[in-house]
Amino acid sequence: MRVPVPVLLALGALTGCAPRPLYHWGHYEDLVYQMYTAPGKAEPAVQVEKLSRDIGEAQTKGESVPPGVHLHLGYMYFLQGNATAACRELETEKQLFPESTVFVDRLLAKMRAP
Amino acid sequence: MNLHLPAVTTLVMLASGCATLTPPDYRPYRAHLPRSIVVLPPLNETTDVNAPYVYLSTVTRPLAECGYYVFPVAAVDAFMKENGLPTAGEMQGVSLDKIRDVLGADAVLYVTIEGWGQKYRVVSSDTVVKARAHLVDVITGTTLWTGTAFAQQSSAAGQSDPIAMLITALFVQIVSSITDPAHDLVRDANGVMVFDQRRGFLMGSHHPRCDADTRGR
Repeated sequence: MRVPVPVLLALGALTGCAPRPLYHWGHYEDLVYQMYTAPGKAEPAVQVEKLSRDIGEAQTKGESVPPGVHLHLGYMYFLQGNATAACRELETEKQLFPESTVFVDRLLAKMRAP
Repeated sequence: MNLHLPAVTTLVMLASGCATLTPPDYRPYRAHLPRSIVVLPPLNETTDVNAPYVYLSTVTRPLAECGYYVFPVAAVDAFMKENGLPTAGEMQGVSLDKIRDVLGADAVLYVTIEGWGQKYRVVSSDTVVKARAHLVDVITGTTLWTGTAFAQQSSAAGQSDPIAMLITALFVQIVSSITDPAHDLVRDANGVMVFDQRRGFLMGSHHPRCDADTRGR
């Protein structure tokens, strides 16, 4: 069967018949967009609140959190000065996506350095 | 699309590369199929200073939905800036050995923004986004994939009344300055760039259809 499912996925907004995505995206990409185009709208506190809610929704729906979201959330906690929560999110990223191990370990070492 | 204006007929053209070219040879890509991709902040050949980061904010989703681990773009950008690399040019100049050592990424996607935003004409306004990209294997330096993200939206397609077209053009320009049509457009362009069956990315290991993807086998 050569039905171009991925093309349908990409054009889902136009066709209205996209298949089920792999991840629960929530606000992640919009927050990245706002960080650069309207920084005042995406302060770390706002991002922590929205991303935490997205992750909660994903868990409720039994959907997966996208790659990078826990790490990005950890970075926001770090900017807030909450090292404990930052480390927790980085560890979660590593657990969900072992591909992130090298980067996460480097960040953890940096955060734990005196 | 944010332009839900009943009076405006919009034409969205999406393409990821030229259809007349022969299909790419997927074998090197298949041989070095990456599990993870880091997208570095794009180089910018346009005058829109926001373009690289608007692009960057829309590229994660299609790549991740295609089955790749995508490094968090903003955290990578911040990390590099904190480590003495303030510009996209300097970030894209980092050696592959260093990328592997610091991030552990399997592949790097290098992007250059070639065209961005609205082109005003008398009776219409076109919004264009165009970016060329290539994916490089971090270990061997092999170029695995090259392509273009391109999308264009014309505000006045299908209208023949010059007055109506003029009004439409003005109205769309005003609305667009609020909603950032390039943002919507680049999201579509990246989606097609990644998922195009003939010229797009191979399915990555997180995708359930990865093993069924016969390209390059």
